[in-house]
Amino acid sequence: MDWEVVVGIETHAQLATRSKMFSGAPTAFGAPPNTQASAIDIALPGVLPVPNARAVEFAIRFGLAIGARINRRSVFARKNYFYPDLPKGYQISQYEQPIVEGGALAIATPAGEKTVRIARAHLEEDAGKSLHEDRRGMTGIDLNRAGTPLLEIVTEPDLRGAREAAAYARALHALVRWIEICDGNMQEGSFRCDANVSVRRAGEPGLGTRCEIKNLNSFRFLERAIEYEARRQIAILEEGGRILQETRLYDPARDETRPLRGKEEAHDYRYFPDPDLLPLVLAEDEIERVRREMPELPAARRARYAAEHGLSAYDVALLTESREKADYFERALAAARAPAKLVANWVNGEIAALLNDAGLDFDAVPIAPERLARLLERVHDGTVSHKGAKEVLAAMRARAEDADALIAALGVAQVSDRAALEGLVEQAIAANPKLVADFRAGRERALNALVGQVMKASRGAANPAQVAEILRAKLAG
Amino acid sequence: MLEAGVAELAEALEARRVSARELLDLFLGRIRAVDPALNAFVTVAEERARAEARAADERRAAGRPASPLDGVPVAHKDLFCTRGLRTTCGSRMLADFVSPYDAGVVERLARAGMVLLGKTNMDEFAMGSSNETSFFGPVRNPWDLRRVPGGSSGGSAAAVAARMTPAATGSDTGGSIRQPAAMTGICGLKPTYGTVSRYGMVAFASSLDQGGPMARSARDLALLMNAMAGFDARDSTSLERAPEDYARLLDLDLAGLRIGLPKEYFGAGLDPAVGARVMDAVGWFERQGARLVELSLPNTRLALPAYYVLAPAEASSNLARYDGVRYGYRAKAYTDLADMYRRTRAEGFGAEVKRRILIGTYVLSHGYYDAYYLQAQKVRRLVARDFAEAFARCDLIAGPTTPTTAFALGEKADDPVQMYLGDVYTIPAPLAGLPALSIPCGFDEAGLPVGLQLTGNYFSEARLLGAAHRFQQATDWHRRVPRETPL
Repeated sequence: MDWEVVVGIETHAQLATRSKMFSGAPTAFGAPPNTQASAIDIALPGVLPVPNARAVEFAIRFGLAIGARINRRSVFARKNYFYPDLPKGYQISQYEQPIVEGGALAIATPAGEKTVRIARAHLEEDAGKSLHEDRRGMTGIDLNRAGTPLLEIVTEPDLRGAREAAAYARALHALVRWIEICDGNMQEGSFRCDANVSVRRAGEPGLGTRCEIKNLNSFRFLERAIEYEARRQIAILEEGGRILQETRLYDPARDETRPLRGKEEAHDYRYFPDPDLLPLVLAEDEIERVRREMPELPAARRARYAAEHGLSAYDVALLTESREKADYFERALAAARAPAKLVANWVNGEIAALLNDAGLDFDAVPIAPERLARLLERVHDGTVSHKGAKEVLAAMRARAEDADALIAALGVAQVSDRAALEGLVEQAIAANPKLVADFRAGRERALNALVGQVMKASRGAANPAQVAEILRAKLAG
Repeated sequence: MLEAGVAELAEALEARRVSARELLDLFLGRIRAVDPALNAFVTVAEERARAEARAADERRAAGRPASPLDGVPVAHKDLFCTRGLRTTCGSRMLADFVSPYDAGVVERLARAGMVLLGKTNMDEFAMGSSNETSFFGPVRNPWDLRRVPGGSSGGSAAAVAARMTPAATGSDTGGSIRQPAAMTGICGLKPTYGTVSRYGMVAFASSLDQGGPMARSARDLALLMNAMAGFDARDSTSLERAPEDYARLLDLDLAGLRIGLPKEYFGAGLDPAVGARVMDAVGWFERQGARLVELSLPNTRLALPAYYVLAPAEASSNLARYDGVRYGYRAKAYTDLADMYRRTRAEGFGAEVKRRILIGTYVLSHGYYDAYYLQAQKVRRLVARDFAEAFARCDLIAGPTTPTTAFALGEKADDPVQMYLGDVYTIPAPLAGLPALSIPCGFDEAGLPVGLQLTGNYFSEARLLGAAHRFQQATDWHRRVPRETPL
């Protein structure tokens, strides 16, 4: 019997504002404990919240980017519960009337592009942190993070399986960074996912009982946690058991999820509209201003690359993984007299690999796109082989010379001098009568072997396409 | 000088008939003499006040007074945060709490040069109508020490009535300025919601809380409003409006003024003596040419139960921060986190605060929210609509501030519902966000003061104050000195 794994994702994206959601305290990461908590953040008696206009703008930007409805009127609500790192005893969030509703995000799947519906996105504030380590059994409270603005983004249960869920998380991560509302730093907790997972037999209309897995702070953990959780639920159901609705925590060390709290222990958050804050009312011209300032979105770029340059869906998906990468590609392409496919292959391939090795990102490529463009022109005109060009690229990191100078200095220019190549070809024909006979008998593979011999004789400097062409001409004659 | 109000003291200071330091000594002496019997002050800020008075005198001497009120003493209800001076809210929870910042109102009055005498006693977290719920003990009524001064701004009211200060601040959520003003024979104004900054005014019920002045004349209230009111960007519910002169209509022409008399304010439960004094005052207005308009506010009877759902709901959340983690009272012994919360809040809060937290938690709970909280919000809109319809027919609404005069200490302490019923006339205005004031209009047979309440449309404070001032020009109820604290 086939099982279908149904997943919905809730993401907390920390908004890249300088100050907090409802106070003027800074949001910078890594400061000594409690040095970035104002009177408002620590909830002294008498303090009041004032919404951060920039955070509101970021929420609008996100809503526009996913084609959602921007609610002209949204309401901040209090979510009440006691915890030492929640200074007010409630979190200010949005409940019944969020700022963003609807919209969708396209993700690439093996079966092609898929649209994931977004239920809502709402503004809220983060809590502080409880520090349990090295406190001799006591708990420390760091309120630096308290009040940090978050956008909680909730999907419909549209995702099927762990890989799709991870693909969605990656696409969302790319988008929030693309529109510059979140730095996406997962180690620092700027982008955190919770996954709602349920399973059902293929073809069943209703949804199974779900479990929520909390705080998955890497795409790999997200994928593995969902895989584990789906296996766990399927095993229970196949043994005739019942899934309990509960909140579970993923333990990466043991690669398993375990219960945090059950439905019975679920808090009654006693949501109600925050009387300290008026409903958030957005003016049309404010939304229009955000719309005008919106960068070209990844989907638009993908369509443009495909239409203008005939690139495949796979290539453009990779190129638009981040705005920096797409920008890099465009600059290299604009500077190079070389086909877009070649530029795309190099940006997606060699440049990405080089950055990966160096632990860098496309916002800090050590080789300017214009330098790459010169090199790719030489690949395109046959001056240098792919292999030779890789050597040049590696050298470019440490040396300032341009591609031509490095090709010369490294001696990786291909031998394209027809007279020289003809000599080598003739030698190969003379030294390999058996291969020649085979080729003439119709065995195409023999030609490849002869090309190999010529390449060997040239120590790799020959242009293999040109060698094959000369060989054919001579053997045919 | 003790007899003088804010306006007279400002004139005396301006004319150099008295210095701010002399005034301060006078009122500090009065506090020492009278307050042991009344318990109106939680904290007297003698040292700080001396520095402020000296600075005020220096400004006056240099010919640069900070405002017309420079050097006039004032007391703050003990829920306005004062930097370096404890702010207790009448609670054990904050008995030793010192705020690192000044409330918006405190800043404004300090900027005007007013000298802060101290912090006044109040019902715990402003929850109460008798000042009996204070951790610092009850305040007594200067007209009869066996009686309550009303609440929750009972300390401010008693201090003003007993001439320990010419003026004080109060906060009004369901009547906490007007009701004690009525019971102590002074004047108190609850402004339109959003007029006076709530920043630094410790919250009871945020959508209802509004700070306001308490003094012995309507004219003084107007001068205090000029210093207190104004937009504060730190309070998201503060209204951004052009500054106004609240004294501009003090010579209001009463001819043709339409005074609404809601039949619901004169029905069952109203002490006949109170009703008679209020009607005497209404008669005076009529003789000056005002036109009386009989009308109905049909949802008045629903206002009280709606209030006792909404205010506790907000309070249950507003008071969640007092958890013993960061500041304030923390239980001495506990076994774990939940136990620390439990004991801290059980020991730190008094019975009335706990009662309201329980009510509020209940009405917000899953399954009850729609039946209580949402229903009460609907009633709130109906109450506001009643007023909107009434103000199409009249310019202001007159009625009693309280159904009875001051009751005896302990009389209602064990019967919260009886206590709540005393707020029946003061609750509708804050539910609708409207301005309302109370001024003295006579005495009952026992010699206890009766309050006349005037309620106006949004932003009609100046007109309310004008009507009250005209009445006070013709009467001397507001000049009577409480018999327990003779001068």
